[in-house]
Amino acid sequence: MANALYIDYEFCSGCHSCEIACRNELEIGINDFGMKVLEDKPRQNPDGAWHWDYIAYPTELCDLCAERVEAGGIPACVMHCQAKVLYFGTIEEMTAKLAEKGSKGAIFVP
Amino acid sequence: MIDMNSIASDVLAATPKTGPVNATEWKTQVGDETIFRTCAWSPPGCHPVGCGLRVHVKDGVVTKIEGDPEHPITRGSLCPRCLALKEYIYHPDRIVHPMKRARADRGKDKWVECSWDEATDLVANAALEITEKYGPETIAVFGGTGREANNWYPQWANLVFGTPNSVYAQPGWSCYGPRMTNTAFMMGGGYPEIDYAAKFPLRYDDPRFTPPEVVLVWGKEPLRSNPDGIYGHALIEMKRRFGTKIIHVDPRITWLGTRSEEVLQVRPGTDTALAMAFIYVLAHDDLVDHDFIDGWTYGYDELVERVQEMPPSRAAEICGVPEEQIWRAARLFGNAKPSSVCWGLATDESTNGAQLGMCLVALMSITGFLDAPGGTTLGMGDDQGNVVRDGGSISADEKVDDATDSTLELALKNGIMSPETWFTKRVGVDKYPCVGSVLWTVQPDEFLKACETGKPFKFHMTQFISSNPISCIAGEPQRWWKALREMDFNFACDLFMNPVIMACCDVFLPVASTIEHDGQVVTHYGLNSSFYGAENKCVQVGDCKSDIEIMRMVGKKTYPDFWNRFETDEDYNNFHVFRSWLPWETLRNNVVTMSDEEYYKYKTGRLRPDGQVGFPTQTGRVELYSYAYANFQEDPLPYYEDPAYGPVSMPNMMKEEYPFVLTSGARRQEFFHSEHKQVPSLRQISPYPEVDINPADADRLGIEQGDWVEIWSPYGSCRQKAKVTPTIKEGVVHAMHAFWYPEQDGNEPNLFGAFKSNINILMPTSVNAKTGFGNTFKSMICNIKKAEDNNDTNFPADKGIVLEASRQGEFEYQETWRPADSPVVDPIPYDEIISAPETPLIDNIVK
Repeated sequence: MANALYIDYEFCSGCHSCEIACRNELEIGINDFGMKVLEDKPRQNPDGAWHWDYIAYPTELCDLCAERVEAGGIPACVMHCQAKVLYFGTIEEMTAKLAEKGSKGAIFVP
Repeated sequence: MIDMNSIASDVLAATPKTGPVNATEWKTQVGDETIFRTCAWSPPGCHPVGCGLRVHVKDGVVTKIEGDPEHPITRGSLCPRCLALKEYIYHPDRIVHPMKRARADRGKDKWVECSWDEATDLVANAALEITEKYGPETIAVFGGTGREANNWYPQWANLVFGTPNSVYAQPGWSCYGPRMTNTAFMMGGGYPEIDYAAKFPLRYDDPRFTPPEVVLVWGKEPLRSNPDGIYGHALIEMKRRFGTKIIHVDPRITWLGTRSEEVLQVRPGTDTALAMAFIYVLAHDDLVDHDFIDGWTYGYDELVERVQEMPPSRAAEICGVPEEQIWRAARLFGNAKPSSVCWGLATDESTNGAQLGMCLVALMSITGFLDAPGGTTLGMGDDQGNVVRDGGSISADEKVDDATDSTLELALKNGIMSPETWFTKRVGVDKYPCVGSVLWTVQPDEFLKACETGKPFKFHMTQFISSNPISCIAGEPQRWWKALREMDFNFACDLFMNPVIMACCDVFLPVASTIEHDGQVVTHYGLNSSFYGAENKCVQVGDCKSDIEIMRMVGKKTYPDFWNRFETDEDYNNFHVFRSWLPWETLRNNVVTMSDEEYYKYKTGRLRPDGQVGFPTQTGRVELYSYAYANFQEDPLPYYEDPAYGPVSMPNMMKEEYPFVLTSGARRQEFFHSEHKQVPSLRQISPYPEVDINPADADRLGIEQGDWVEIWSPYGSCRQKAKVTPTIKEGVVHAMHAFWYPEQDGNEPNLFGAFKSNINILMPTSVNAKTGFGNTFKSMICNIKKAEDNNDTNFPADKGIVLEASRQGEFEYQETWRPADSPVVDPIPYDEIISAPETPLIDNIVK
């Protein structure tokens, strides 16, 4: 079964740790991203509630840290995430997590 | 090896099997790499959070820095600043050898390398000559915030130079000092912090712990700043795991605000009115713990009587927050069991901040959740430590004399500083004894005046460790620039060239970073410690030395009788730094030693030096009516006063020339104040300083997203880029602080762009509360307009902005608002301190 990343983006705080952790791991340049934090900027919804979302997602440079996983570890972005909203596992396991959360979750297969 | 997958794949449910017993050793060999486990502090600047690092080293060079999954607090997580640490320590601009420069070349990049021996000779000889000619008190030592050097700058001052004048240059000592003062005056217990099970090896799974139902986050953004040792993202952990609710008080909508149950978007500087209204609601609805109030507090009735002047209807008008929201939020807080209070820097950076602090201490207390599970915890707060021995807590009265002498006592005992020097030459504490009573430094606004006027005496020498006041904490940095340029000798201990060193210094001593020296990190500076972390030396970079080694080297040349007893940093650490904490070897081997402090320390005699139950105050209770403030001629109860600069105090100026309220200094994850601007991965996140402006205001002024704008107040101007955002209210702008451009020309007049974007150019000094605390950084007035570019150096000498006429007008206003010629408040002799009228005996307190 192929692996995937699951993110609970209700609580991605947009700290950028995953981007730098990924860059360190892949040893890529300053303008390259294996993980990228996207922002949907703040606005007020019609009911007055505030909307402001960040979501970290893997680009085509992401190999889900094959080397780390091979050695018994987990992807660098998952380990360093400050809000602990990133998870790694099989697509099946990640789908179960998404189903459990029920809202503001996403699965990525880079 | 631990199974990393099982920890992080569901870290929220996992119990970290960490702590000294089953953890990986601090140093392990894996193939041709050595992996060090260590806890981060500084440099680079950070609060003492002690995040867990695993540093991979090959042939003496760092190959990789990653998080430590075994660390009980951070559990593998790291923020961008530590993740970019390799870029920082091996940065091509880092200075790794001592340097000197002729005094005549100040402001010019004409540094030359020299040996450690020559550099420390230059420093020691200058100090000895100035001491001989003018007295040791004419030397001043500047420290900043956050870095370990917070601990060392009074030691440099008192023990290396024999001067009482250590300087924290922020106007009104407005960071942490006022909150420490509120804590010390009203209840003791170090520093109050929200409970996130941070002291227990089992963390959230410890059976003693109960999660907070509501956390009141006031004037603080803990996710970005992690002050003052709190791991900010714990709020997210508790929200996800326990459903903890957040009430956020902030002039801005922050991302955390969008995840909060209530956001009260106050007009900057009016928080005290809102906090008084919260107490009003709690008393009105009787949402308080009467057993706690009767048994452990003093002055509740007087407090309730006082807040009758601030019903939510009036607070709503002052703060610009809907009245019904104040009722709703205060009730949410009052009904929560347990509730916790997370107070922030905004408490300090206001002339009405002591009163806000008084209200927040009351909100922590009258609910009954002070030092209770899921409430607001207290620490032993005993002289920055002395609380862990052999892995367990000891009571505060178990201090061993001599081994725990304070820096001041050591200086006096060893004849390095005379009592007369300490009591009569510390600048500004005669006018502001309240500041002097809690902090061992000068009162900074008075110190600046002394530098400029030579009264009460002229200063001749300064040192900078972990402080870059021209770019960061100083108000009116142009005045500081001018005053510091005129000193006979200045030197700095740092890692990178910065504006203050380029403009003013004669010697540069290069400092080792957090992974280049052995040391200890204690959260909250030991005032409410979660754990004791080892900083383990992993690599050597250039000729850099630890702050302590540099201090020892100079100390041996100025006061050898005292300093010659220390051969190594460990000698000094064990003598004066760690004291009765665990011996260094044990700390290192444990990597992390949890404090494991119990709750309800006031019931067990662990807060008072005499071992009695209760709080270390005059009455033995939490003093909601504060005798300590009364002794410093401040109102013993909270009151509301509008900001010195604002629509109420200055309606005409705001109508015409300065129509915006300016607030500043919100924290960024990627920078620690003026630091990190040269680190590529971090600068990429925020390449330019940004000022938040509401879309309606921007539209009216023809300002678009990303435009350079000029922001100005009566004190000066600077330029930043516009960030047009609805998260700030109309009529209010928020500006980033401490921005300079290390990539630009360092020679004056450009001086790394030090004066281009520094928002503190707009901020006055000497706008302090009666106590000497407080400033305008969170509540100033300004105007804003579109600018073409940011090419103007804004150099003070070219602009003539030092004491120009318009600013003189402001000084006149300040004199009216808080007259300088009012009688100087004399320090009160101990035996004349006002006594509480009916001092309850400690023995009579409910047990």
